[in-house]
Amino acid sequence: MNATDTGRGAEAAGPVVRMEKVNKHYGPLHVLQDIELEVARGEVVVVLGPSGSGKSTLCRTINRLEPIDDGSIYIDGVKLPEEGKALARLRADVGMVFQSFNLFAHKSILENVTLGPIKVKGMKKAEADKLAMELLTRVGVANQKDKLPAQLSGGQQQRVAIARALAMRPKVMLFDEPTSALDPEMIQEVLDTMVGLAQEGMTMIVVTHEMGFARKAADRVVFMSDGAIVEQAAPQEFFTNPQSDRAKDFLGKLITH
Amino acid sequence: MDAYLSLWETYGGQMLSTFWTNLQLTFWAAIASFLLGTLLALMRISPVPSLRWAGAAYVNIFRNTPLTIILTFGVLVLFGVFRVTLASDFNLNFFRIAIIGLTIYHAAFFCEAIRSGVNTVPLGQAEAARAIGLSFLPAARIVILPQAFRGAIAPIGNVLIALIKNSTVATAGSVAEISGTMKVMMEFRPDVGIPIFLTVAVFFVIVVLPVGMLTTYLSKKLAVAR
Ligand SMILES: Nc1ncnc2c1ncn2[C@@H]1O[C@H](COP(=O)(O)OP(=O)(O)O)[C@@H](O)[C@H]1O
Ligand SMILES: [Mg+2]
Repeated sequence: MNATDTGRGAEAAGPVVRMEKVNKHYGPLHVLQDIELEVARGEVVVVLGPSGSGKSTLCRTINRLEPIDDGSIYIDGVKLPEEGKALARLRADVGMVFQSFNLFAHKSILENVTLGPIKVKGMKKAEADKLAMELLTRVGVANQKDKLPAQLSGGQQQRVAIARALAMRPKVMLFDEPTSALDPEMIQEVLDTMVGLAQEGMTMIVVTHEMGFARKAADRVVFMSDGAIVEQAAPQEFFTNPQSDRAKDFLGKLITH
Repeated sequence: MDAYLSLWETYGGQMLSTFWTNLQLTFWAAIASFLLGTLLALMRISPVPSLRWAGAAYVNIFRNTPLTIILTFGVLVLFGVFRVTLASDFNLNFFRIAIIGLTIYHAAFFCEAIRSGVNTVPLGQAEAARAIGLSFLPAARIVILPQAFRGAIAPIGNVLIALIKNSTVATAGSVAEISGTMKVMMEFRPDVGIPIFLTVAVFFVIVVLPVGMLTTYLSKKLAVAR
């Protein structure tokens, strides 16, 4: 199965995600400051930065889980609508994987994955089941399909969450610290799944502290600090030759730990 | 004892039939107020500020108004002044007006019980639902409410129990129900007032106790594993 095989017709040639002069405040806190970001089709962007620098907020504005104060965000050339049906439709094109998995606790693993295709896309149940089983097989949890989320390990739940997002055939996948809530021995299985996706050409924006993943899978590293994008570069370049003091400081702290 | 038995011979049938009225009032008002309460809870968690405001206003008004006043209003104003007629039969009309009064009042409490259930559902559930492209109503129907109901069985049971007992207030709405019968019996034979009281109390305990036990059992059995 190929992640880029989305079954859609002709796709716009421009970037999959474009953020233009995006600003957001939480009260007095200017949490996103003039954010400019373009993510090309098939590109894997890793967002790094200290805690509280606005990485999650950035991620969440891209599918409008958080509204923005000004600026514009385009998904595949279409401006994010304010609310309502059009927004819901566009959200279906943006897969999201959360730190805390957020699987639907009252639904089986299989139902978690089929829910979107059936309820949002109007897919027939048999077809959705088939799609879900393909995806669950691919992330290695097909044998858990009838269990409830709480019966699975964290690593398994997160892989189901990835399958659930993929089932919508998204144009881009957002990952907000997908391994931060996991026990150490489960981190790798989730990262492996993500590396696989990246290799298949999925467009991805990944907030993570896993530098190994950034080195291995990222096309570009975006470094954020205090709500602003401070610098961005290819991973090799960023890790060996950071430009800003804040990036040097950030990387220095990582190494000493 | 003999006095009590002879009284039972006279009034026993009436006691049972009026208590049956209480159960019918409860049944219909429970269904209607649960539905209205769910609608109000949806309004209170909706993204539309005016709906949230209206839901909150409803709850704050009717939760804080004595039920007696609502039911008295029903019979004296809705019927007495505006001639609201829901049935050609006089008694059936009062019965239906009382159901409406009980519904209006208890919907506010069901709303709050359901909302307490919504609070047991982590915010991430709604975010995940939105993230796959469900808009508010489908997300509420498919993801939030099913978990909220299961998290709110105990408080919903408490409202239901209150409703069973509050059905006696329908006397204020001119409905012949068990507390009215009890009053007549006690006035007729105050000497056996205590056995009469105990009889009516037992009627209610027989109904309320299983409801309480069932909801306690279900709230554990149906709790959502997280
Ligand atoms: N809902 C909110 N209300 C107020 N402040 C918030 C909210 N969410 C996040 N913040 C603040 O915004 C800043 C950025 O948060 P976040 O995007 O979560 O950072 P990161 O993911 O980089 O750790 C932090 O200072 C955080 O406290
Ligand atoms: Mg974060």
